[in-house]
Amino acid sequence: MFDAVLDLLAAVCIFLAAVLSVAAGVGLLRFPDALSRLHAATKPQIFGLLLTITAIALEERSVATLLALVPVFVFQSLTAPVAAHMVGRAAYRTGQLDTTTLVVDELGPAIDRIEQSASRQRSDTPRPDSGEST
Amino acid sequence: MSIVTESLLIAAGVGLTITALLAIVRIVRGPTILDRMIASDVLLTTLMLAVGAEMVARGHTDTIPLMTVIAATATLATIVVARFVKRRADHPPHQQPKETGHV
Repeated sequence: MFDAVLDLLAAVCIFLAAVLSVAAGVGLLRFPDALSRLHAATKPQIFGLLLTITAIALEERSVATLLALVPVFVFQSLTAPVAAHMVGRAAYRTGQLDTTTLVVDELGPAIDRIEQSASRQRSDTPRPDSGEST
Repeated sequence: MSIVTESLLIAAGVGLTITALLAIVRIVRGPTILDRMIASDVLLTTLMLAVGAEMVARGHTDTIPLMTVIAATATLATIVVARFVKRRADHPPHQQPKETGHV
């Protein structure tokens, strides 16, 4: 009886992970720009994997399996945000976003400030390509 | 294995298959290289979930090392491509130095 309940719970967890995955796939196909696609794509990377790991642990019911599953989640939760951050930064830098949908944009003024201070430093020292017309 | 468990697992398999197909469609159609990298990330995540679902369905633990390796190395390609795209945006081939930076 107890085993049957645990098996059913594992199947439900797998099913929920698959539902999250389908949501990511549909969002990937239907959202307009790279940043909103990134938003849809990162949903199953953490929570879907957590549900799958829970399902495996519920199915096997041994401490050794649980200890083998912990590194999977640790590695994924360390590397997935880094990749999402890098892709989001590159998407902003190359202008692949719909700026009319932004509520607040804090990165744009920050980049402008850094560019201004960099160009001020650059104007103090002569540059090799300063002869080019702008 | 009861009929409910079996049908839930079958539905999960169908859903993961649909996700993989949608990700491949986005890889083929994606207008920029960043969209393709996001879609390939989704494809790898789907592969990881499918490996886990197969372990639950058949009741073995043989492919846990495969899940660990995919979780640890899946982001390397994404990071490399993102850096490449950013560097190309910072140093465009035919643009004046004043217009570099974010567009």
